Amino acid sequence: MAGENPASTTEYIQHHLQNLVYGNHPENGWGFAHGAQEAAEMGFMAFHVDSLAWSLGLGLIFCWMFRSAAKRATTGVPSGFLNFIELIVEFIDGSVKDSFHGVNKMVAPLALTIFVWVFLMNLMDLIPVDLIPYLMAKAGVGYQKIVPSTDPNITMGMALGVFILMLYYSIKIKGTGFIKELTMHPFNHWAFIPVNLFMETVGLLAKPFSLGLRLFGNMYAGEMIFILIAMMFAAGAGGGIAAGGIHAQIFGEHTSFLFWLAVFALVCGVCWLNLKGKISTGKTVLIAAIIMTLSGGVFAFAGGLMQWGWAVFHILVITLQAFIFMVLTIVYLSMAHEDH
Amino acid sequence: MELVIIAAAIMLGLGALGAAVGMGLLGGKLIEGTARQPELGPMLQGKMFLLAGLIDAVPIIGVGIAMYLIFVVAPSVGA
Repeated sequence: MAGENPASTTEYIQHHLQNLVYGNHPENGWGFAHGAQEAAEMGFMAFHVDSLAWSLGLGLIFCWMFRSAAKRATTGVPSGFLNFIELIVEFIDGSVKDSFHGVNKMVAPLALTIFVWVFLMNLMDLIPVDLIPYLMAKAGVGYQKIVPSTDPNITMGMALGVFILMLYYSIKIKGTGFIKELTMHPFNHWAFIPVNLFMETVGLLAKPFSLGLRLFGNMYAGEMIFILIAMMFAAGAGGGIAAGGIHAQIFGEHTSFLFWLAVFALVCGVCWLNLKGKISTGKTVLIAAIIMTLSGGVFAFAGGLMQWGWAVFHILVITLQAFIFMVLTIVYLSMAHEDH
Repeated sequence: MELVIIAAAIMLGLGALGAAVGMGLLGGKLIEGTARQPELGPMLQGKMFLLAGLIDAVPIIGVGIAMYLIFVVAPSVGA
């Protein structure tokens, strides 16, 4: 965890970027991979168990949430949770009406599913990077990547789904017009058919490719920055400052997880008392500063603050990326429905 | 090892440059449009966010790759 030498830093990052892979190893047979090399040796027949489990689980949460809202829906004044769901549905409905010009009952539900599902998958990015992998490691699972959208297989899979729908509706709505669009489009002359075909095919394939890669790239970069901040945090906490010496005397080189949990709870408790009006803000800051100096946690606090700052910025990114994935799906499907 | 770092620097710098120009144009045009026709503001803002996300994607992917180069590839090449 500590960031003193490049080797362990690199290991830490690589450990965090490694999926839990279940596959057919040429020598060991079917089983979980121990490390990146073994995962690579498994080749094509390997499953990213963590991505699959988290994405399916989040999909189920989405279905359950909207189903429970739909069952409770009334014509009266909605309240709380119901209001929130209605807000999302109306927002999606508005977006689809704005950008989709064909007639298709499936597009709005598809857009809703994509938006909420991608959003939930991206939301996993806001859970502290080390928390779930740490708990999973305690439970005996070596690798865990909890953000499914940082796995290109998931994002490209979704983009592939959209691509198949695009092709299906292009052929269904346009029929031979689709072939004509591919062969006769920029230059309307028979001699240019190969050139047209090449250009249109590249344009067609670029759509799902950029769709999947955009989501993956954004989430991957975000996750990477969370990991890097976490590493600084770990390095700072290990080094300690004012009380670092004492701290190392008591706890040895590696402070236990429970100690940090206790300190965190203590600081949170002080802040909570302040919110309740039991102690003044000046005293709160002072007490928090004393606790953090004693526990050697000023670096940790700075790291935490940076994590928090990036997380706040990331709320914008994850929503925006979910929105963009949805809008582009609608636009691409709308293009597939336009018969010339 | 140094070349990897330089590659990452170019990646980050040029990516940021392009995105900054794009974002600047986008924001400027948004304000211009909203000043001319304030009632179109919300609609334009929605479209602006969509395009901002599209512009944002390429440099942020560059940031991800650059970070990977600096912290994972460079140490293992240099060591």
